[in-house]
Amino acid sequence: MSAASFSAAETQRFSSAVVDFPSTSSCFDIEALSLAYEGKPALRDLTLRVPRHRVTAFIGPSGCGKSTLLRGLNRLHDLNDQVTRNGHIRLEGQDIHGRDVDVAELRRRVGMVFQTPNPFPMSIYENVAYGVRLQGVKRKRELDEIVEWALQSAALWEEVKADLHASAWTLSGGQQQRLVIARTLAVRPDVLLLDEPASALDPISTLKIEELIRGLKSQLTLILVTHNMQQAARVSDYTAFLHAGELVEYAPTDTLFTNPRLRRTEDYITGRVG
Amino acid sequence: MRIPRVGGDGVWRWLSGACVALSLLAVVALLVLVVTRGLAHFWPADIEQLTLDDGQRIAGIARGSEAGEQRYFTANRDLDGEVWRWVETQAIERRETPPELLYAERRDWGPFIGRLTALETPAGERLQGAEAERRLRRALAGDAEVTTLHVRNVEGRALEVEFAQVASLSWPNRMDIGDKLAAWGHGVWRFLSEAPSDGNTGGGVWPAIFGTLLMVILMSLVVTPFGVLAALYLNEVARQGPLTRLVRIAVRNLAGVPSIVYGVFGLGVFVYGLGGHLDSWFFAERLPSPTFGTGGLLWASLTLALLTLPVVIVATEEGLARVPVALREGSLALGATRFETLRRVVVPMALPSMLTGVILAVARAAGEVAPLMLVGVAKLAPEIPVDGEFPYLHLDSKFMHLGYHLFDLGFASRDAEAAMPLVFATATLLVVVIVVLNLTAIILRHHLRARHRALEHS
Repeated sequence: MSAASFSAAETQRFSSAVVDFPSTSSCFDIEALSLAYEGKPALRDLTLRVPRHRVTAFIGPSGCGKSTLLRGLNRLHDLNDQVTRNGHIRLEGQDIHGRDVDVAELRRRVGMVFQTPNPFPMSIYENVAYGVRLQGVKRKRELDEIVEWALQSAALWEEVKADLHASAWTLSGGQQQRLVIARTLAVRPDVLLLDEPASALDPISTLKIEELIRGLKSQLTLILVTHNMQQAARVSDYTAFLHAGELVEYAPTDTLFTNPRLRRTEDYITGRVG
Repeated sequence: MRIPRVGGDGVWRWLSGACVALSLLAVVALLVLVVTRGLAHFWPADIEQLTLDDGQRIAGIARGSEAGEQRYFTANRDLDGEVWRWVETQAIERRETPPELLYAERRDWGPFIGRLTALETPAGERLQGAEAERRLRRALAGDAEVTTLHVRNVEGRALEVEFAQVASLSWPNRMDIGDKLAAWGHGVWRFLSEAPSDGNTGGGVWPAIFGTLLMVILMSLVVTPFGVLAALYLNEVARQGPLTRLVRIAVRNLAGVPSIVYGVFGLGVFVYGLGGHLDSWFFAERLPSPTFGTGGLLWASLTLALLTLPVVIVATEEGLARVPVALREGSLALGATRFETLRRVVVPMALPSMLTGVILAVARAAGEVAPLMLVGVAKLAPEIPVDGEFPYLHLDSKFMHLGYHLFDLGFASRDAEAAMPLVFATATLLVVVIVVLNLTAIILRHHLRARHRALEHS
């Protein structure tokens, strides 16, 4: 895959979209995507490729459409009649809006972690087992194994193994967020969407989440929406800067932060505009 | 002089506080009035024998006084034609409480106050004096057999009373406080456990208690699934738009329709419409006497279910709306379908609200009288609608209801004044039944919440 696969018009519009994934292929192919809420455009003609098994960050000021884009990737917008869409999103080459696509299965494959931790009012164990049970796993031993594996993957096992049957709502905010990650990992997604996963957390919890994100990319593709430029710089491999519903610049994180092509990008990341 | 500023904090605090205090006072006063007067009815008060200055003799139980006159409950409707006497206090020459005066409740003609003169046994014996009284006590305890009581009122007029007619009999003037307490307890128990007698002014209200409870339970069984499913549809399935809003407003307005209108609807649609058709299809051999084509338990329950439907829908909708969007999205993001999300996350979280709706519906239904008069409640239906005969639960039968019984006692009985204590007793009971129903539902809700929590810990 190379920049050559972009259409001429797109390359012209943002020459900075010259993103090459030398060691991996693309996971999501977003092509000329436009989204509107009640007729008001939120995303305009956006084209972007997200690399597999890397961390890609979407940054930009509030209202730039980065969360809208993220929620488009697992079709959460389907719940809202007011959203209209144009363009295509392909996951591993398959159009996610295709007729034969099972939305539930798509959402299992594309897990999502939200801004505020949203554990269910159940035990820690049941939270993690929730999605697994939906997949039809009933055997206790199998469930136990998956729950332990997921909690370990989310670096929460050591803290909660003593009482898995405590209510999830007794955990701290940071622990709850890791529980939500564990819950998502338990259904073995291919992609993990993270919508400002640390914005409601204290610095230490944030650090733990960031470590986790870096550790997880060997298993799956991660897409991170964040307000926090340092966080994007710390954890992501690629960064896309969005502004007013448009993709302004998309580049390897190092390049984008050290040597942005466009003035708007530079202004934003240096804090002159926001 | 400082005038408190209207709208100042102090004024508002006092005003609102005073309103709460007034409401509390009203509730407490109501309960105290109803409960004390209701329960006092069963207390075996002393019977006074009065000798008036014109030589007349009266025996009765003092029940209140007014402007120099005293009111006595003198019973003996068959002898005197009435059961109350107003006596000028000044005209009373002598007041006694002769121990041998007895108070008997009869199944016809109401209570009797007077003296026992003789007793007939099945063997043809005729006992008198102390021996007669001993035998009568044994008979009341069930140890001996007696056929007829010969009694006289205090004026000396004689009367024969069949023993089978006697519902209860006591000598209140001979009772000490322990005996009276026991008699009071027995009286309360009879009130709760027996069928009414003597044109509803005597006996108990058991069929009415049972009828009320059964109707409310049947109503809950109908209204709960209907209301919950309707709310689920409105809140979760239907596309939110002007039409849904309209339906919602309509449902809320339905709660404000006068209950008698529901009664008319029930009569027209359920009784004449549905019932009439059921009869012509399945019970044609019994026509023209109707089976389902007349008011009955089923139609009353359905009518009340309709009446309380908005309550359940509104409460359920509120509960559903309170489930955070974040949890729904969290579930969907794990690959759950909308139905799975509803079943596993949304409904369990809204369950306590649904139960609250049912509680409110039950409280409303248990006290409703007006629509029932049109769709199946009866003045007297001593047989409860559940028995050992197939199909065990007789949905077509008429039934008694505490609220209607109350109305009947107070306004439609032969002697409303004599029935007044029973009105209070029945009102007490109605309040107790509603409190019990509510408590049951609250405990159930608490239990569910606890199970919900336990589920978190299982």
